[in-house]
Amino acid sequence: MAAAPESADSSTGGSLIGWIDQRFPLSKLWKEQVSEYYVPKNFNFWYYFGVLSLLVLANQLITGIFLTMNYKPSSAEAFSSVEYIMRDVEWGWLIRYMHSTGASAFFIVIYLHMFRALLYGSHRKPRELIWIFGCLIFLLLMAEGFMGYVLPWGNMSYWGAQVIVSLFGSLPYIGGTLVEWIRGDYYIADATLNRFFALHVAALPLALVFLVIAHLMALHEVGSNNPDGVNIKKYKDAQGHPLDGIPFHPYYTVKDMVGVAGFLLLFCGVIFFAPTFGGLFLESPNFEPANALQTPPHIAPVWYFTPFYAMLRAVPSLFGTQVWGVLVMGGAIVVLFFLPWLDRSPVLSIRYRGPIYKVMLAIFVLSFIALGVCGLKPPSGIYPTLARVCTVLYFAFFLLMPWYTKLDSVKPVPERVTGHD
Amino acid sequence: MIKSWVLAAIALLAAGHALAEEGDMALLPAGTDIKNMESLQRGARNFMNYCSGCHSLKYVRYNRLAADLKIPESELAANLMFTSDKAVDTINSAMPKDAEAWFGKQPPDLSLMARERGTDYLYSFLKGFYEDKTRPWGVNNLYLPSAAMPHVLQTLQGLQKAVFKNEVDAGGSARMVLVGVDAMTPGAMKPEEYDQFVRDIANFLDYVGEPIKEKRQSMGVFVTLFLLVFFVFAYLLKKEYWKDVH
Repeated sequence: MAAAPESADSSTGGSLIGWIDQRFPLSKLWKEQVSEYYVPKNFNFWYYFGVLSLLVLANQLITGIFLTMNYKPSSAEAFSSVEYIMRDVEWGWLIRYMHSTGASAFFIVIYLHMFRALLYGSHRKPRELIWIFGCLIFLLLMAEGFMGYVLPWGNMSYWGAQVIVSLFGSLPYIGGTLVEWIRGDYYIADATLNRFFALHVAALPLALVFLVIAHLMALHEVGSNNPDGVNIKKYKDAQGHPLDGIPFHPYYTVKDMVGVAGFLLLFCGVIFFAPTFGGLFLESPNFEPANALQTPPHIAPVWYFTPFYAMLRAVPSLFGTQVWGVLVMGGAIVVLFFLPWLDRSPVLSIRYRGPIYKVMLAIFVLSFIALGVCGLKPPSGIYPTLARVCTVLYFAFFLLMPWYTKLDSVKPVPERVTGHD
Repeated sequence: MIKSWVLAAIALLAAGHALAEEGDMALLPAGTDIKNMESLQRGARNFMNYCSGCHSLKYVRYNRLAADLKIPESELAANLMFTSDKAVDTINSAMPKDAEAWFGKQPPDLSLMARERGTDYLYSFLKGFYEDKTRPWGVNNLYLPSAAMPHVLQTLQGLQKAVFKNEVDAGGSARMVLVGVDAMTPGAMKPEEYDQFVRDIANFLDYVGEPIKEKRQSMGVFVTLFLLVFFVFAYLLKKEYWKDVH
């Protein structure tokens, strides 16, 4: 009886794959998830950013491991150890620039990936959980980016951490204790750097990888949306494969290679020719070691946080507390989670939506970018007003969505997808 | 529609970034070039002779400097190594610990000054000293008001005097505004010679800020060429595979 399964599968018994398949569903997984995973054939430019996020994640994990081999997470040595990596470690400069550029690239591809969802309704039923996992990934990525930014222990790292951590202090009752608990000291110090290092290299990447797996499992369960927002599973051939679907491998593996090549051209362009990207990816004050006695002339977070930082500053203090700005900034992230239920349009894709959604989305994108610019600037001149207006517009896009998406006109949605690249 | 949004977004970002940098006094363009090896070698010599007494380059090693700047080790030991006899050592200053009492602050390490402030700043700063009898060393700097540093290169440049302009502000009251400097007493160098002298130092400090910079850029050309070829082949492969998708 015990020998029966072995002899029954003698057809594949001879090969290594066969040996593995009897013990682990290797071929089954490959078929289900890759070679016979059917994907709409009409993906366009915006559909590259998923695979690019995965590429950047891999880049961050691998370069991060090598950086960890030479980085020293102590306030006395952190800054020098980064310079040691840049100057004395073989190829250390390349590994470091790949990691620092990768951080910015991560946010670029994630923002564009999220924008794609807004274009084609990728967050709508039945893909709500994919979207929620994605929002959690975005949230963790922000924590990961923030803590990673503190590690080089430059003066901007130090003061950025000071500003961001002290935000928690504005929460009523628990604020003061909470801030002390986060810092592990009465100010940003060695203890803070040490725990941020632990979270940055172990806890958060682990959580990120698990969430990415969940994100992909949920995606492969329901299948990808597409630029037409139509369900390709409606029309199937005799074998039960969607008529408008093609296997992920080899069609999208070769297509994604083109996207990867294009991305790498830009990515390597930054790494080799402009690694600081004019002070946006690596800020000049961060080439000075952390100095608790000397504030940089103008403290601004890295560019990818500035839209949210601008919202924080845009809200005035009321009743003697700054907590409102913190709540608005947190709300700007929380509201994302509700997007699948805020959108009441009968169609998914922007191609078949009316003018109201198109205008609202355009205003939203421009407000988000304008907020990013405001967050980089000192809060003077036109910027505080601009930031306030754009904060209102940012929230209007989400909070008014149940009404304007219902009100909006729609065009007839085709039964099948329309063409491909 | 989407393309025009993207273009608008990029334009907005670019406009925002152009406005990001604003100093009190417009910096002079340094015109440095890290590919100019002679300039880097002169800059190293100038730095070691005039700056290294007070300023360290604590992340730079003598032997790396010699290798990158094509300085023979014998020449290195004889002419550039003033604070150490081991070529693997980092470039420390000869400054004792009580320098703070002399200058009001410890002269900063200059390893990363070019990355922090830029070469234009370094070049401008070294050209920006002017006579100011109210300051401890009798000089002030146009680009770093109340600078703690004396004019170390005064014998070469000579001394400049401040140029003021009368300005009437919105309230109607007149005040003197510092607008620049002018030559006063000549030094050992002609102005063009001095400019080149400090340009070489700024260039050298640019190299020091990121020793790999030149190699990084020349490598980048090959990486880009490779990726372009890869892109073409990936595209052709995609076209070939997608022939049967209708």
